[in-house]
Amino acid sequence: MLEVTGLAVAYGGIRAVKGITFHVNAGELVALIGANGAGKTSTLKALARQLPAAGSLRYEGRELAELAPHELIRAGIALVPEGRGVFARLTVEENLDMGAYSLSGRAGRQALARGLERAYALMPRLKERRAQLAGTLSGGEQQMLAIARALMGEPRLLLLDEPSMGLAPLMVQKVFEVIREVRAAGVTVLLVEQNARLALQAADRGYVLESGEVTLADDAPRLLADPRVRAAYLGE
Amino acid sequence: MDIFIQQIINGLVLGSIYALVALGYTMVYGILGLINFAHGEVVMLGALTAYSTITGLLGLGVPLPLAALAGLAVAALLCMAVGYTVERIAYRPLRGAPRLAPLITAIGVSIVLQNGAMMVWGRNYHAFPNLVPERQYDVFGATITLLQVLTVLLAALTMAGLMLLVLRTKLGRAMRATAENPAIAQLMGVDVNRIVSLTFVLGSALAALAGLMVSANYSIAHYYMGFILGLKAFTAAVLGGIGNLAGAMVGGILLGLIESLGAGYIGDLTGGFFGSNYQDVFAFFVLIAVLVFRPSGLVGEKVAERA
Repeated sequence: MLEVTGLAVAYGGIRAVKGITFHVNAGELVALIGANGAGKTSTLKALARQLPAAGSLRYEGRELAELAPHELIRAGIALVPEGRGVFARLTVEENLDMGAYSLSGRAGRQALARGLERAYALMPRLKERRAQLAGTLSGGEQQMLAIARALMGEPRLLLLDEPSMGLAPLMVQKVFEVIREVRAAGVTVLLVEQNARLALQAADRGYVLESGEVTLADDAPRLLADPRVRAAYLGE
Repeated sequence: MDIFIQQIINGLVLGSIYALVALGYTMVYGILGLINFAHGEVVMLGALTAYSTITGLLGLGVPLPLAALAGLAVAALLCMAVGYTVERIAYRPLRGAPRLAPLITAIGVSIVLQNGAMMVWGRNYHAFPNLVPERQYDVFGATITLLQVLTVLLAALTMAGLMLLVLRTKLGRAMRATAENPAIAQLMGVDVNRIVSLTFVLGSALAALAGLMVSANYSIAHYYMGFILGLKAFTAAVLGGIGNLAGAMVGGILLGLIESLGAGYIGDLTGGFFGSNYQDVFAFFVLIAVLVFRPSGLVGEKVAERA
């Protein structure tokens, strides 16, 4: 579904990503793990066309560079950015409505109703707080909202950037439950995480990024068992 | 007492006009973080275009109400085109440039528009025709004209319409989302450039209406009128909290009231030393006071400086 070849990202004189190659098959949950500054977020931003990048980014057979950034969602790609990025001065429901911005007409209205129902079923807390400004939600609730909002556009590929960052352990569990459900519903997921254990437990396959390069790539269970991963990322 | 009420009425009329113009400043600032100092000149273009259209049509024997409506329509269309073009050729190439660059550009645009208008309409003052019958009503001993009533009503309706658009429609939601975080709005599929263009076009339409109202109420139009009016509306936007729509309206009305009451009483208060020609001083006194004591404005929330 997504095939990245020789992706390089540089900004401000720093080469954040140095020609990495990876792919995501339809229906998979793939994790990109690595330490702070390994180039994980830059990779996702390049995919979302928020950073200029070199290399080939092929999505369902076409180059992403052919699309304007605002056309990605119509092509089926949604990004949940690092730090969540909810619209703090919009209400919870307005945030969700924004997620469905790309859908229009009668089909769009049906998708919006369907999406709201799904979001509220998945995260009842959001329903209770639908009229509240998103800025008043807790960090975990904002993360839930950001994921729910990204799903409103009915993407086929969901890019998740550090969904566990800054959340309490209990909330992290909940967020990962939601990610598993999303994947079970048939959405392909590319997950970037510092929490390697959780990410690999949820994922089918994983890539380890170090200083902008892919150093390991394997099935997630095997990465979890790999002594190098255990030593460097699982604190063993 | 009747002087007080008279000044309140005058202040409301002036304030509604300031509010319309201030909305243009505040919408653009909200989305781009840019102070569009050329906005006052768009008001001037609206006034002069309306003047030419209305006098031209009246000369052809077109009935007054029709000519006035046509004047408003032509002025609004021209201003919308100017607002759109200015953003495309002057501001868009500077998106992402240091903040000073677009600010200086805005001043440049303002000079271009002003001198362009001078070439078309000359340096003279133009007597603006009366648009509505000179009817007067008595309110607690003060006088209010039909024109004043219509000005306030039309401004209020327009602002209510704008608020409905911004708060209740999909487009308005996209505008608010873009104002808060353009990069994220883009991820949702919002074409940010389209929203920016639309913001300029909407603000310019309000400016055209304001231009017509100023000229109708003061019976005059000239190429230089946009400068001071623009500064005052900017003051109103800052007073309310720049970037905030409700703030622009409150700030506009308040500034109109402060100016009228100030001009009405300054003679008495200073024993005739200062006359009502010191009216303009109040606006800028307010601007300085707000910037010193409450930079976020009356309604504005304390938002960190935008990048």
